[in-house]
Amino acid sequence: MILNLKLLEYSLSSLWRRKEKNLALVSVYALVIATLGSVLLLTHALKTEALMTLTAAPEIVVQRTLGGRHELIPIAYARTISEFPGVGRVTPRVWGYYYDSLVKANLTLIGIEGYHEQLELLEGRFPQAPDECVIGAGVADAFGPQIGDFLVLEDSSKRRSEFRVSGIFRSASNLLTNDLVVVQEAALREFFAMPAELATDLTVQVYNSREVGTIAKKISYLLPDSRPITRDELLHTYDSLFNWRSGMMLAVFVSALMAFLILAWDRATGISAEERREIGILKALGWETSHVLGAKLREALLLSLTAFMAGLLLAWWHVFVLGAPLLMPLLKGWSVLFPEFDLPPVVDLYQLAVLGCVTIIPYLACTLIPAWKAASSDPDDVMRG
Amino acid sequence: MTRSVLCLSVLLAGATLLLSLLLPAQQSFHQDSARWQNKRDLVAALAITDLSLSSEARYTRHVSQADLFSAFQDFPASFEHFPTGSMIPPRPAGYSGRVLFESAQRVRP
Repeated sequence: MILNLKLLEYSLSSLWRRKEKNLALVSVYALVIATLGSVLLLTHALKTEALMTLTAAPEIVVQRTLGGRHELIPIAYARTISEFPGVGRVTPRVWGYYYDSLVKANLTLIGIEGYHEQLELLEGRFPQAPDECVIGAGVADAFGPQIGDFLVLEDSSKRRSEFRVSGIFRSASNLLTNDLVVVQEAALREFFAMPAELATDLTVQVYNSREVGTIAKKISYLLPDSRPITRDELLHTYDSLFNWRSGMMLAVFVSALMAFLILAWDRATGISAEERREIGILKALGWETSHVLGAKLREALLLSLTAFMAGLLLAWWHVFVLGAPLLMPLLKGWSVLFPEFDLPPVVDLYQLAVLGCVTIIPYLACTLIPAWKAASSDPDDVMRG
Repeated sequence: MTRSVLCLSVLLAGATLLLSLLLPAQQSFHQDSARWQNKRDLVAALAITDLSLSSEARYTRHVSQADLFSAFQDFPASFEHFPTGSMIPPRPAGYSGRVLFESAQRVRP
């Protein structure tokens, strides 16, 4: 115990002697950890949000494809599908996009049918008349309307359509509703001039979740021009999209990891003459190789742990307090309507452990190997360089 | 000895601060079922299939619903030009078509 503390004391003195260099090293090391940590925290939070909320998405969405592209689907397909055993309600959906050339924003227009219960995340109420609409918080922020104001859009024949804003989705639901405009289905059908016998796609309710795959295959078989997308595939899409190994953040992750490896490589190959002389003097004074390595291990551990904790705290602050402003441009692109995030502050401890392993252990190895080579040489040779 | 004790105390304080941020967040996440239920109610009411992230192109706005060719827009040789297109690839869910070549030498029944 006393030996350990004395070695630690020596390591601290050694670090303090080269404080400027070590401070710079810890700062760069912490920044690299913060970059990697931000990617992990952001992708995990987004994945959690998607997987926790989209479990309520339709069991199957059926599209029609023509020439490999999404095409409007005949509502007659709904009758065919609803006759399959195990299938509940088959609902035609009407939805599409609207581009505003002035603000350069893309809106997603969704049609809903029938009565909908009041939701916690909706301020106001769902549209109860063809000339009413509900908008997302992003649309409200970009265009500035309040409940009771009118949303004016040009329909497919360039005629003016007015919708009174009957509700605005609360900002807590931004990741789901930011760019939405919800109107009654009949009104949206008229707005898009969509024929009554067609819909954008169909949602299929399946009573037994274990039959979803079989029913999707049946749909594909009986309606060969259809494309069924199951809820599991939908969740898998988001799982792989926000997976740090194969998803969109891989580029950032790999770049930061490369920066770290360059740092570690520099450390491994560049043990300074001063450090070599120090090791030589310690050996000449009677220190054993294990003592020298013990002191160097403590130095490296102190630097690594300080940088790791500082980096993770920085990553937490960047993602959950600031909303990841440095990574958002990757997701935003040229989008005008982009949600302000209210991300769940969840972390995957396994990922953090992996992060610790891929950064701390290589750094320790890169510090110890040159120190061991110097410590196992003749002290006289080492001191003379 | 004072310096090593001080150093260990600082490291311990840092670790405590980090754990105090990470662990309560985990706990509140699992206990906050109302928050998730409200969002699931919304998803069910509107039959939402995708997160409202990047709205610049339809294949990044509705990642799970986009067909594989939407990124090419008008013709297969055109370049995909939306920035998020390189970050958010379309997913080939729901396709079952295959390309099959058969030898001309094969004896057909």
